[in-house]
Amino acid sequence: MVENTVPIYIMGKRYVVPESLTVMKAIEYAGYRLVRGCGCRGGFCGACATVYRVEGDPRLHYALACQEVVHPGMYLVQIPFFPAARATYRVEDMQATPGALFRTYPKLLQCLGCGACTKVCPQDLDVKDYMASAMKGDIAAVARASFDCINCGLCAARCPTEQAQYRIANLCQRLYGSYLAPRSEHLKVRVLEIEAGRFDDALKELRELSEKELRRRYNEREVEE
Amino acid sequence: MRIPYFPGCTLSTKAQGCDVATRASSQALGFELEELPEWNCCGATFPLATDNELALVGPTRVLIAAQEEGERLVTLCSICYNVLKRTARFLEQNEEKRERINLFIEEGYTGQVQVLHLLEVLRDELGFEALRERVARRLEGLKVAPYYGCLLLRPEGEIGLDDADEPAILHDLLGSLGCEVVDFPHATECCGSYLTVSAAGAAEEMAYAILDSATREGAEMLVTSCPLCQFNLDYRQDEMGKRHAGFTPLPVLYFTQLLGIALGLDSTEYGFEEHYVDPRPFLEQKGLIAAEKSQAVPAR
Repeated sequence: MVENTVPIYIMGKRYVVPESLTVMKAIEYAGYRLVRGCGCRGGFCGACATVYRVEGDPRLHYALACQEVVHPGMYLVQIPFFPAARATYRVEDMQATPGALFRTYPKLLQCLGCGACTKVCPQDLDVKDYMASAMKGDIAAVARASFDCINCGLCAARCPTEQAQYRIANLCQRLYGSYLAPRSEHLKVRVLEIEAGRFDDALKELRELSEKELRRRYNEREVEE
Repeated sequence: MRIPYFPGCTLSTKAQGCDVATRASSQALGFELEELPEWNCCGATFPLATDNELALVGPTRVLIAAQEEGERLVTLCSICYNVLKRTARFLEQNEEKRERINLFIEEGYTGQVQVLHLLEVLRDELGFEALRERVARRLEGLKVAPYYGCLLLRPEGEIGLDDADEPAILHDLLGSLGCEVVDFPHATECCGSYLTVSAAGAAEEMAYAILDSATREGAEMLVTSCPLCQFNLDYRQDEMGKRHAGFTPLPVLYFTQLLGIALGLDSTEYGFEEHYVDPRPFLEQKGLIAAEKSQAVPAR
């Protein structure tokens, strides 16, 4: 059985590909070997940012090549890398204050709130909103709202004031993790217990088991419902 | 009475004490300022070119957020007020531009939001006579000069808060708190605004002229509504002292900080410790804040 095929245009050149393929698989079906713009193939690494248009419609669309299924008459290009400005800093030498954020990325304050970044995000993040939080100096809000960002670069590519949204998000995430996120008290307690040797005997016992016995114990372990 | 409130970026960061004073004093007077659930920066300047629509997108989004909450929006920062009021007026009167921007941002602003400054809410909805009656601690003998700056009043045709040459609204508010209001010729002169970044020397001289003028008229304190004015007037008084013999440092407060004190509220969280010219010794000496609340802070 032959699957239905559809025409697509890879960087302007026409190919006919099976209609169920993702953009990434379609590019490979057409005979390309991807050495850039291809990574995890699972929608998580941000390597395969794609901009496309569909024949007859002037609107631009944005997606990840590994996730987006081809559209008939699709004109596409990939953006494996975007040179968004990245500041150099050491989180260890900083504090999680609005001042530190503005000094590291002063251009942040030029954001117009136009929303182009939110329109293009393949992860459906409200980038404009976290940029607004950044302008208010709310580092924790930026860190939380940008959590699913995969640094694909599309927001920076479309920004009229040339912001590096995801770079700013990364700084806020690092500052949040280092200075603002609540510390887990039980972890501290557990580390002290380990150092005091509370688990030494149990670990020693496990190390001395035969593989068979180890497997048996593993398979019969108590599992919480 | 519930009024949607736009604090703006500066009141959320550097001027947070002013935000605290604003909310507390408004609440004490019966106005529940409800911060918009989502908002972005106002854009800081109203575009200087009439076809700069992209720069209107930011403030338009603020007005759309306000539209969700009602028909009014109150703010305190003179700069936010200037941008939002002029944007609202522009969009109300220019249907074509409003539609173009709506199409671009894929939203539907109908052009109905009324942008208000807290001063006009107090003047027109409460009334300064009614305010006088609510004052718990009259500021008798406090010589305060009201400083308006530029953006609170101009361009008069678009802002319309008060007479741009001879304004009275801050004078009247301070009068109702019991202050001895010091009128001075530089009340509407520019503080230097963003020159503070690009031409600090010029900004310092402009701020000095204002402070010197107020002092000559007998002022002991200046009061303003704009965080940038407050900064420009406050920040370089040390240098002014070195450059100009006989210069007297003047504390520069937001009017809501003084309003809160006059209403008898606790001013501990009003951010006095962030001021460059610490107002606390002066306020203590006048018996307006308790001595034990003021901790001596090393010079910044």
